[in-house]
Amino acid sequence: MTAPSRIPSGSRSTPVSTASYEPDTGTFEGAYLSPARMAAVLGAMAALLAVTMIVAVAYGTVRIDLYRALTQPATSDHAILFSARLPRVLMGAVVGAILAAVGAALQALVRNPLAEGGILGISGGGALGAILALTVGYRLGGGPVAIVPLCAFAMALLSTLAVYRLAQVNGRLEPFSLLLIGVIFNAFWGALILLVNALVDLYQVHSIIAWLMGSLEAPTYYQVALVAAMGLGGFAALFIRARDMNLLSLGDDAAADLGVSIEAVRRTIFIATSLMIGAAVSVSGIINFVGLIVPHILRLALGADHRLLLPASVLGGAALLVAADLIARIVIAPAELPVGVITALCGGPFFIYLLRREERRSLVT
Amino acid sequence: MNGGTARTAPALTARDLVVGYGERQVLNGVSLEVGAGELLAILGPNGAGKSTLLSLLGGSIRPWRGSVEILGRPIEEFERRALARVLASVRQESGAAFPFTVLEVVLMGRAPHLGPLRFEGTRDLAIAHAALARFGLLPLAGRFIQELSGGERRRVFIARALAQEPAIALLDEPTAFLDLKHVGEIFALLKQLRAERRMAVIATFHDLNVAAQYADRILLLKDGVAVGCGAPEEVLTADNLRQVYETEVYVGRNPATGALAVLSAVR
Repeated sequence: MTAPSRIPSGSRSTPVSTASYEPDTGTFEGAYLSPARMAAVLGAMAALLAVTMIVAVAYGTVRIDLYRALTQPATSDHAILFSARLPRVLMGAVVGAILAAVGAALQALVRNPLAEGGILGISGGGALGAILALTVGYRLGGGPVAIVPLCAFAMALLSTLAVYRLAQVNGRLEPFSLLLIGVIFNAFWGALILLVNALVDLYQVHSIIAWLMGSLEAPTYYQVALVAAMGLGGFAALFIRARDMNLLSLGDDAAADLGVSIEAVRRTIFIATSLMIGAAVSVSGIINFVGLIVPHILRLALGADHRLLLPASVLGGAALLVAADLIARIVIAPAELPVGVITALCGGPFFIYLLRREERRSLVT
Repeated sequence: MNGGTARTAPALTARDLVVGYGERQVLNGVSLEVGAGELLAILGPNGAGKSTLLSLLGGSIRPWRGSVEILGRPIEEFERRALARVLASVRQESGAAFPFTVLEVVLMGRAPHLGPLRFEGTRDLAIAHAALARFGLLPLAGRFIQELSGGERRRVFIARALAQEPAIALLDEPTAFLDLKHVGEIFALLKQLRAERRMAVIATFHDLNVAAQYADRILLLKDGVAVGCGAPEEVLTADNLRQVYETEVYVGRNPATGALAVLSAVR
């Protein structure tokens, strides 16, 4: 059912599956996305995520007894599990899911596997928005917590629109000018974050490293719920456009010929991804490369259909970030690394590999 | 031409189309009409406005002046998806940015018929199967579109257009990259579809002889103006061709098919 035969192993030019077809039942096994295949893949990935989360909850700098933690509320094991590990693992899952889904949608938008919220500078814009909100909110003596992610959303959207506009050459989106503009925006937002930090001492609110490197320390359940709600809203908007994203990969003109309203799809992707990035960034800072790696690997393994790729990215991104955060917590125990260090260490080389490969292949045929 | 059959509304009517890019006028008052089941070929040198005309007829650009009617209704009245259910376009550059399989690309032709969240059903798969089978593409159904040759890819995208089950197909240079055997096959196929489904086809061509052999009618464009429109014998005259292509040509008959044959007469 899951059609592992689709995975191009090694050489990309080998025929992947000679679809067996029975005209009576009308099945091309594995050559297209059937509801059964989708359910099987997502079920398997959900199981993988569940296992990852259980492992991540069970292990950490302090050894705890899971059974005692679950059965005896008075123990320190219980306290560690429910007030430290669980919210952190949940937040890791939510943020990872958001980053990967956003990556998949942005890649569909620009028709290029090199796109991602972090690389395009959108996360940086969001992080600056969050920091500005924290600064002002802090000065004003607090305020509703949702102000922070909403400001992050606004700045992320501004950043998205700016990058998208500036990367257009004669009305066409140039992949490499897009990457270049993204790099510039990244540096620009990073500098502004440092500037704001220098003017206003933010250390009491959040460590500056956490904003620039990305970290998942000590979220509250309220924060988890808020970010999850925003993420879910954005994901729903993207998922409704999944088939349009498929058509978009044929080119804007061809997609329009097939009934896609290009402007409406773009608008949805801009707003939904900015909302999601804003939510993620406001609690975790800039975590790079998850949105790049996850959709790319899943596309190779599962095919390019966004109706599967988007939800699969959610599950895969969640599992990856939870696992990366587990490593960040235990690798230099008792100290902790920001999780962004782990994703950047793995993602940097991967990005270079992708870039090299894309340079060799012509991008959009 | 369609002989004496009683014609209701023509499949596509265009009146007095004027359009350009920026200051530059590309089409200057082109009119045409295509009946159900007809094949109209648009010919002309590079820059004559062939592709622009096709874009106008497909509704992807709006004319400065003039009108396009699809099945008797103004094209602006169609919602985008509704238009895609009656009119299919195959553009010159066709490919996919991501590794979709051939079957997936052909199934994309079903998108205008399906809601955003509906999966392709048995009927859609049967239609895709038939389209693939017609083009001999079934063995390639599971291959990635990127792995195909230019000619194979062209056929996949024409198959995708057929899966749309349109009343009108607009094909921009459908025979580019195709070898002789496949050119013949595609036209045999289009002829069959035109007869079975009364599908109207409007296509641009570089190759005058291909157009002369297979088209019912020919629209000859030069600098955005129709120099002639009618049966191949009426339009592809040595005089017209000399005027349009600014070179000497010889117009004769293909001894095998009896179709017009156009050759360069420059020594």
